[in-house]
Amino acid sequence: MLNDIIKSLLAEVSGIQDIPLTGAFNIRSNGQSEGRNSTENIQIVPKENGSGIDIYIKPGTKDESVHIPALITEAGVHDLVYNDFHVGEGADVTIVAGCGIHNCGNEESLHEGIHRFFVGKDAKIKYIEKHIGEGDGNGKRIINPQTHIEAEENSYVEMDTVQLKGVDSTKRVSSAKLAAGATLVIKEKIMTHGDQYAETSFDVDLDGKGSSAKLISRSVARDSSRQLFRSKLAGNTECYGHSECDAIIMDDGVVAAEPEIIANNVEATLIHEAAIGKIAGDQLVKLMTLGLTEKEAEAQIINGFLK
Amino acid sequence: MLELKNICFSAEGKQILKDISLVIEDAKFIVITGPNGGGKSTLAKIIAGIEKPDSGQILLDGEDITNRGITERARAGISFAFQQPVRFKGVTVKDLITLASGKDLSTAAACDYLSEVGLCAKDYIDREVNASLSGGELKRIEIASVMARKTKLTLFDEPEAGIDLWSFQNLINVFEKMHDEIQASILIISHQERILNIADQVVVISGGQISQTGTKEEVLPGLFGIETGCRFFQGGAE
Repeated sequence: MLNDIIKSLLAEVSGIQDIPLTGAFNIRSNGQSEGRNSTENIQIVPKENGSGIDIYIKPGTKDESVHIPALITEAGVHDLVYNDFHVGEGADVTIVAGCGIHNCGNEESLHEGIHRFFVGKDAKIKYIEKHIGEGDGNGKRIINPQTHIEAEENSYVEMDTVQLKGVDSTKRVSSAKLAAGATLVIKEKIMTHGDQYAETSFDVDLDGKGSSAKLISRSVARDSSRQLFRSKLAGNTECYGHSECDAIIMDDGVVAAEPEIIANNVEATLIHEAAIGKIAGDQLVKLMTLGLTEKEAEAQIINGFLK
Repeated sequence: MLELKNICFSAEGKQILKDISLVIEDAKFIVITGPNGGGKSTLAKIIAGIEKPDSGQILLDGEDITNRGITERARAGISFAFQQPVRFKGVTVKDLITLASGKDLSTAAACDYLSEVGLCAKDYIDREVNASLSGGELKRIEIASVMARKTKLTLFDEPEAGIDLWSFQNLINVFEKMHDEIQASILIISHQERILNIADQVVVISGGQISQTGTKEEVLPGLFGIETGCRFFQGGAE
């Protein structure tokens, strides 16, 4: 039985209300497994040394999903987990991960989830990752996710990652190596407030002919929070890469962007776009002419931006 | 009724508007025209509360709104269609029209406004109001958004700019419908003869002052009766 706090976090992070009866899942709570289920096509196997799980998705698996949320509800927990996804050729699946921390104590709670994806030829995955923090204790809520992707020929990987509240510190490291014809799309949305710190680091190697990557980060830094966006796109053959960092700063928020694009081949096409600034005055004015107050206009603009 | 009394406005040491007084009666169709740089757009912004006059008074239905902000004026019944519509990342056309209407709007109702401005609703309703839309598309969405407000006074700053692919007659139909359906006053800043031709009152602003005002029959012959065909029609934004 899950307690109410865990259920609430579970719903926020993964959209499920309780331990599901069917489907593939592994629910991790305070470093322990609360429930696990494999299906015919998706096998979840604990690693022998106890450090995490291996998820094996059979070739050709279609329209199935796997949920592996990690939840922390106790102060002072340092949870480190290694999860490896082995996605068979031609599979088409949705993977929902994410982490929620509810910390009411004075000691910090830390989750470090290190996920590796081995995506077979022609496979397609959508990876959804949501991070939240809550609880009124003084202990920090820290989430440091790592995502490492090896995408084989003509595979497609889409990663949607969202962190909108309550995480005091995060260092998000993502790397990918793309074979011929493989596509990677990462969409990141971050909002920080108070004294929070968020760091994003993308490192993508476009190794195969015709591979492509699109990395899109939208973020809002409020109060005195700080963010650092790093992206490194290396085009090693005929390929297409696009990274985009779009940030709104408010109050005393600080955002730094350090893009790096490296064309190691004359056929590589790489683009980086970065825009950091406060909410445009004419956007506020337009919404105020529709009858919104300045605060309401600001909220609408932010909601839309991070939608 | 909107009443402007002795409005003066200056910016960067330059006087933009000099002692403008104007009455906009209820349910009237007013077109303000005049040379670029004459102060027309500034006057519209002063009415909407975007700019504050140095001196003078603005009365809406007899109530002094001179010191009221943009939001209060919008809520009091003033709408403003921008000359250069604003782009928003992430805000959809439906979001914008819903916000404009001030209530939960069904997709079908939002689509009706788009159809009114000649946009195929299903192609646009879920699109973001961002740089992927052309200037003409944005302009029409801007017009749809102020239509959704159904206020007693709507200001349009050069609505014709950028809508060349859509016929002027449709634009005029939109104005006439707004006028007929809600008995709204419509104030349009325009250089376009066809828009001037449907005005109940034409106001010419030049050099920051009202140089002429009257019915179209009184004013238009003086504007169009010279060799160039239109003394003020120079195109471009002000």
